[in-house]
Amino acid sequence: MSNRIGVYICHCGTNIAKKVDCAAVARFAGGLRDVVVARDYQFMCSDPGQDLIINDIRNLGLSRVVVASCSPRLHEKTFQKALARAGLNPYLLQHTCIREHCSWVTEDPGEATAKARMLVAAAVDRVDRHGELFSREVDVLPDVMVVGAGIAGIQAALDIAKSGHRVHLVEKGPSIGGHMAQFDKTFPTLDCAACISTPKMVAVAQEPNIHLMTCAEVVEVSGFVGNYQARVRLNPRYVDTEKCTGCGTCLEKCPTKVSSEFEEGLGTRKAIYRNSPQAVPNTPVIDPLHCKKITKNKCGACEKFCPTGAIDYHQVERFVDLEVGSIVLATGYDTLDPTPLTEYGFGRYPEVYTALQFERLNNATGPTQGRIVMKDGRSPESVAVIHCVGSRDKNYHEYCSRTCCMYALKYDHLLKDKVGHHVRVTNFYIDMRCFGKGYEEFYERVQQEGVTFIRGRPAEVTDRAIRPEEEGKLVVVAEDTLSGLPVRVPVDMVILCTAMEARQGASEVARVFGVAQGQDGFFLEEHPKLGPVSTATDGVFLAGTCQGPKDIPDAVAHASGGAAQALALAARGRVAISPTTSWINPEICVGCRVCVGLCAYSAIEFDERRKVAVVNEAMCKGCGSCAGYCPSGAAQIKHFNEPQVFAELEGLLMDLERPGAVRVPVEDGDQGPLPDEHPARESVTN
Amino acid sequence: MDAQATQADAGRRRDAQTAPSVAFEPTIVAFVCNWCTYTAADLAGTSRMIQKPNLRLVRMMCTGMVDPKYVIKALLSGADAVLISGCHPGDCHYINGNYKARRRVKLLKEILPQFGVDTRRVRLTWVGASEGNEFAATVNSLVEEIRELGPIETRGLKAL
Ligand SMILES: Cc1cc2nc3c(=O)[nH]c(=O)nc-3n(C[C@H](O)[C@H](O)[C@H](O)COP(=O)(O)OP(=O)(O)OC[C@H]3O[C@@H](n4cnc5c(N)ncnc54)[C@H](O)[C@@H]3O)c2cc1C
Ligand code: SF4
Ligand code: SF4
Ligand code: FES
Repeated sequence: MSNRIGVYICHCGTNIAKKVDCAAVARFAGGLRDVVVARDYQFMCSDPGQDLIINDIRNLGLSRVVVASCSPRLHEKTFQKALARAGLNPYLLQHTCIREHCSWVTEDPGEATAKARMLVAAAVDRVDRHGELFSREVDVLPDVMVVGAGIAGIQAALDIAKSGHRVHLVEKGPSIGGHMAQFDKTFPTLDCAACISTPKMVAVAQEPNIHLMTCAEVVEVSGFVGNYQARVRLNPRYVDTEKCTGCGTCLEKCPTKVSSEFEEGLGTRKAIYRNSPQAVPNTPVIDPLHCKKITKNKCGACEKFCPTGAIDYHQVERFVDLEVGSIVLATGYDTLDPTPLTEYGFGRYPEVYTALQFERLNNATGPTQGRIVMKDGRSPESVAVIHCVGSRDKNYHEYCSRTCCMYALKYDHLLKDKVGHHVRVTNFYIDMRCFGKGYEEFYERVQQEGVTFIRGRPAEVTDRAIRPEEEGKLVVVAEDTLSGLPVRVPVDMVILCTAMEARQGASEVARVFGVAQGQDGFFLEEHPKLGPVSTATDGVFLAGTCQGPKDIPDAVAHASGGAAQALALAARGRVAISPTTSWINPEICVGCRVCVGLCAYSAIEFDERRKVAVVNEAMCKGCGSCAGYCPSGAAQIKHFNEPQVFAELEGLLMDLERPGAVRVPVEDGDQGPLPDEHPARESVTN
Repeated sequence: MDAQATQADAGRRRDAQTAPSVAFEPTIVAFVCNWCTYTAADLAGTSRMIQKPNLRLVRMMCTGMVDPKYVIKALLSGADAVLISGCHPGDCHYINGNYKARRRVKLLKEILPQFGVDTRRVRLTWVGASEGNEFAATVNSLVEEIRELGPIETRGLKAL
């Protein structure tokens, strides 16, 4: 029995209808083989639009449906569900895109309509070959893994733990908190970073549902949504966390001093260290590259003085295997190293600082106990703050880092507040972007504090004085683009607002977790607007700045979003797995075994008895590597099999092969008002 | 509008065949992977990046799924060129399907001359999900190139 196909052309308001003559396309579709009804409607995705399909399935006995509208990436699921509601298997739908790939990008309406016709013809021919498919439901493991314990990872872990689900929180560093732990004050409220983040960090340590692992990295992930297996490497800390009381005696006794990463190179730490006295966990860690006991078998002071015998120089890495239902990635960002921008003299002039260095300079637990002073101990009389260093710059990062304008204002205020009102602070900016809640107000306030703003990207920072007042100073050379005049501003200190960028090693993390990176290196979300926390990999979600530059409020909101997604999976406890896997027809398979080696997921086994290859559907992801190669054509992907693709091609190119079929039935005038539509525009052609 | 539309589809091909003075408009089939290039095509659309209408997309889950038979079928059905486009090396949603596609396209290009088909009619590119601009540029440059190349050599062979 031949199929009864219904075709629905969406106007999408004017998005499609402005270019594509939807009524003409519907009339054309009405003339295609097996099409019993073809309609055009303003918004197919709306309730009345979906009802149109549902009613036709019920009243006209449709067995296949084609919807031509926006991208199937947006609404294929919507229409599949509509089919299901009408009792038709969702895979009997073909959704084709006449908006993103047609009406929005084609200049000429005639051409757009012609293209839409062929896309619809392809869908009609293809859907004829569709078959019923049934998705499997599998259980979702209740635990969740959160990777990275900056403020975003912390927020996600706490949200999930609160619901009663267990969270494995994996942090690469020796303690949690990420970048926020380096700050003293945060914009725009200027509340103390430690006061708001320390309670959260302590809550993480005390929450029974959170299993915190520090000095830890995920090295391998396998499985699929609901059922991920992850292998975590625990790097040796050389201090037994169970025995250590955090007294800090070892930190005093260790004789080896090393430049501190946490202090951004402005201060030193010992070979056994912790980032701050409030570090969570506050167990110190030994840096094996510098510890004299580990490198040369000398010293051993910390072991000698530790009152609880917690030091263990022989610790080795261990592995922990976890089983989780979903994963939240919160691996954060790095800041750009400004050394390559030689014009700003970072590394050459001691008084040129990065923003993170300035955060430490201003921090009560930092190298200067929070006094903003120069390397010689004097307070700066004048400071230049250079915005957008490496941001909005084709040579480095094209994007805006979103936080620099605001933390620059924070520095303006802190300088005036801490060093004194007399300090001359000059900002060099391109545009001020103060878009968040309370941000514009903060900008107003700082302007009133007597801070100077010069619009222009400085050409250089130099110590070559050409005027007496420039002697012994750093001179910022720029053009004030508002007045068009060149300026030279002599200052004692320069702060570079360096760009936020994707973390070093992000590509390795992307590989392990199977997520994609955008052009800028940050992890790619599923949809820039409607799917900002999910990724193309089901069950892997994003939180915070690993997805793109964000300030703390946005990172926290994003993280709560990621946590909610993970919880939604865990709460339902079941997830549908796509049935579009490979199937190897044992009648056709010649047993060459090529596919076995091609499958990246080891989903194909060879049945020695029958001498054929067999797909394990639970492991198959439906990539089609086997089907694309199988020399006998035995391996086929369900929903993407050869008859389906061939049929699609025949429809797609029907104007070339059978030019007659394109004729539009011009006599068709019954454009009755919707929805009391006549049933079919029974085949007019051939 | 209707009349105009009718003219456009039937007319385009006819012009090319009956009136060689009118510029030839190629028809190109593109097999693109769902995760990268299809997404890029969506993005190009959302960003309203005007493209020549000659390209018709076929969505595949991965370029590794593109059986060389599909390409040959498209060419023998009258397409003047085939574009295969997926994720950048290393970015394939299925780990390495695109490497497999690359190998297959290489082999395919070796046999195309036996069908009398110019190898430039099959192109493999990588266009990542965020590269809408790259997608539009690829479409427009490919259309130009195939327009220069002229209609597919097998056009006359009805028996195929
Ligand atoms: C100079 C400067 C000043 C700023 N000031 C402010 C301010 O005043 N107010 C404000 O709202 N915002 C401010 N911001 C922005 C703020 O820093 C971020 O919004 C926030 O820190 C982002 O948190 P996060 O958790 O996403 O990332 P991060 O803080 O970077 O945390 C990521 C965590 O993941 C861990 N990690 C990384 N890779 C792995 C891995 N592979 N496995 C396991 N763990 C991993 C890291 O060790 C780290 O602990 C400022 C930014 C800068 C650069
Ligand atoms: S490639 Fe095809 S024929 Fe060869 S073993 Fe796999 S399914 Fe069988
Ligand atoms: S479709 Fe991909 S994952 Fe599935 S069996 Fe074939 S090669 Fe393996
Ligand atoms: S998924 Fe894009 S090439 Fe494999």
